Amino acid sequence: MITIKNLHASIDGKEILKGLTLEVPAGQVHAIMGPNGAGKSTLASVLAGREDYEVTEGSVDFDGVDLLELSTEDRAREGMFLAFQYPVEIPGVSNVNFLRTALNEIREYRGKEAISAKDFMAMVREKSAIVELDPKLASRAVNEGFSGGEKKRNEIFQMAMLEPKLAILDETDSGLDIDALRIVANGVNKLRSEKNATIVITHYQRLLDYIIPDVVHVLYNGRIVKSGPKELALELEEKGYDWIKAEQEAK
Amino acid sequence: MSETQTDRTLSSFTKHLRQTEISLPAHLITTSLNELNGKSFPTTRSEAWKYTRLTKLSKLSPTLASKQDGTNGTPFAIHSTGNFLVLENGAIHLDASRFETVTGLTIKRFSECNAEELQHIGSLLTLENEPFNALNTAYLQEGIFIQIADKVQIEAPIELIHLLSKVECSATIRLYIHVGKFAKAEMTIGTWAAGADKSILNAVTEIHVGEGAHFTLQKLQCEDEGNFQICTEEITQDKDSVFTMHTVTLNGTLVRNNVRVRVNGTNCETNLYGAYLLKGNQHTDNHTVIDHMMPHCNSNELYKGVIDEQATAVFNGKVFVRKDAQKINAFQSNGNVLMTDTAAVNSKPELEIYADDVKCSHGSTTGQLDEEAVFYLQSRGISERSARNLLVEAFIGEVLDKNDNQDFVAKTNAILNERFGWER
Repeated sequence: MITIKNLHASIDGKEILKGLTLEVPAGQVHAIMGPNGAGKSTLASVLAGREDYEVTEGSVDFDGVDLLELSTEDRAREGMFLAFQYPVEIPGVSNVNFLRTALNEIREYRGKEAISAKDFMAMVREKSAIVELDPKLASRAVNEGFSGGEKKRNEIFQMAMLEPKLAILDETDSGLDIDALRIVANGVNKLRSEKNATIVITHYQRLLDYIIPDVVHVLYNGRIVKSGPKELALELEEKGYDWIKAEQEAK
Repeated sequence: MSETQTDRTLSSFTKHLRQTEISLPAHLITTSLNELNGKSFPTTRSEAWKYTRLTKLSKLSPTLASKQDGTNGTPFAIHSTGNFLVLENGAIHLDASRFETVTGLTIKRFSECNAEELQHIGSLLTLENEPFNALNTAYLQEGIFIQIADKVQIEAPIELIHLLSKVECSATIRLYIHVGKFAKAEMTIGTWAAGADKSILNAVTEIHVGEGAHFTLQKLQCEDEGNFQICTEEITQDKDSVFTMHTVTLNGTLVRNNVRVRVNGTNCETNLYGAYLLKGNQHTDNHTVIDHMMPHCNSNELYKGVIDEQATAVFNGKVFVRKDAQKINAFQSNGNVLMTDTAAVNSKPELEIYADDVKCSHGSTTGQLDEEAVFYLQSRGISERSARNLLVEAFIGEVLDKNDNQDFVAKTNAILNERFGWER
């Protein structure tokens, strides 16, 4: 689904990603863990096309297209979705109005007709149930006055509406209590299929009890330094990141 | 090189104009002529014109232009039903208007008014150091007197269409509106241009809202870029009355709105809403005064602007609460979005409170669109252009949505679509 090769990216002249290589096939969930400042959120931002970051080297193939050549909106239209670590509040823009615009622009890009109002509302009802989002929140302004948990649920609701090929969850678990975490994780699990892939970026192993990854990667100092089965997450939880750092410095 | 002030005298501006033939009270004409004689246009040194340059306007020597035979008011009409009256280049044009008799509604020209009726006109309008008011008195072309009888409710909005259709012409018009006790009415004023350039509309509207009456005035300012518009609204409210005004400015090289509401009775409500969406080299200046002279009143004021390209705007809102005007709730807010580095706004909200038991607030914000929100919307597949439009619409929608007149909102949206490509 996505093949990242030797990716280098910097912000304000400071290199954050230093030759990151990663491959996530369709049908799989990969977790990316790592200490603070390792470059986890930078990776999410670069993949989503945030202009503050400059890609200096490397390539990203997204299901056959050169991702780095695409604008942010075209990446979304090709089927990429980023669940934000800090979802933005947008006063005055209703959730459903914005999602309908998004859905129709994506459909137009793919040569499909706009969705009818009736089908759209049916879809809103169905998808909001997946994350147990109060349908009233769906018609409110985007994230405005939402609690932390509601914002994260809203991210997964949007993901359900847009049905992406690749979803990147950037620290979606941060700040969630166990109930909210369970709801968000259930939503993600219900959306898993053989055709799509998920990258879960997290600092804590806790989320991975609910979203079981096929592979766990450790991101440190701008590169993937270790990959392994889901048990690697437990080892990191137990031992912290110091042994990784020591291992790297020894090289 | 800067020109000397004497090059921009008011007499050079009025040299092709004709002194009014309307029988306004004589002392008003005398005072006005004294105000104009030998004087110059105000400069940015005067507080009231600090951020609005009249240089371009003062260089004009406009002529009086007549109405044209083939003019049709219908394309400019905002409402599909009810009366509309066309004033072309300041001249009343009945053939272009749509007119039906409405019970309880009197509309006539000042020339048809009796001396008693004429006594009311201009009685509260400041002439001293207000050259545009003085011009609107001494050089008044046409005056329309509108009376709504006591206890009458006029269903369809009364519509007035100002049309400029000649190059470098001047239209000087006065409206006097008397809303009778417990009456209810709505008025729409559209200002348009067709084939005009460097022309100026100077419109003064005096409104007396009687006891217990409800009156709504909505203005849609859509002259082409190239024309000037100076509008003054002088409103007096009697007790238990409600006055609401919507000012939507979408075009015009220089648009100045002076609104003054004298709340001269208890238990009144005053609502002033303004939206300005500017681009090119347009300049819009909204000066408002709400003067709370009596206790137990509420006022709400919300003005919002979206300023694109090199356009500039001014907001100066003043709320007075006089010494004995206790228990006043007054809210005032101005918000601006600057779409480019060259767009600019000067915002000055002011409160002057002399009573001690009141609740008043004011605020002003100016900024760019939230780039994080633009990115968020783009990351969901929305183009950058649509994302910016969504955010701008949400911003300005807060004030446009205060208007529940569907025809007015629809016309506004149609023009926004035409000029900015927005779908609302």
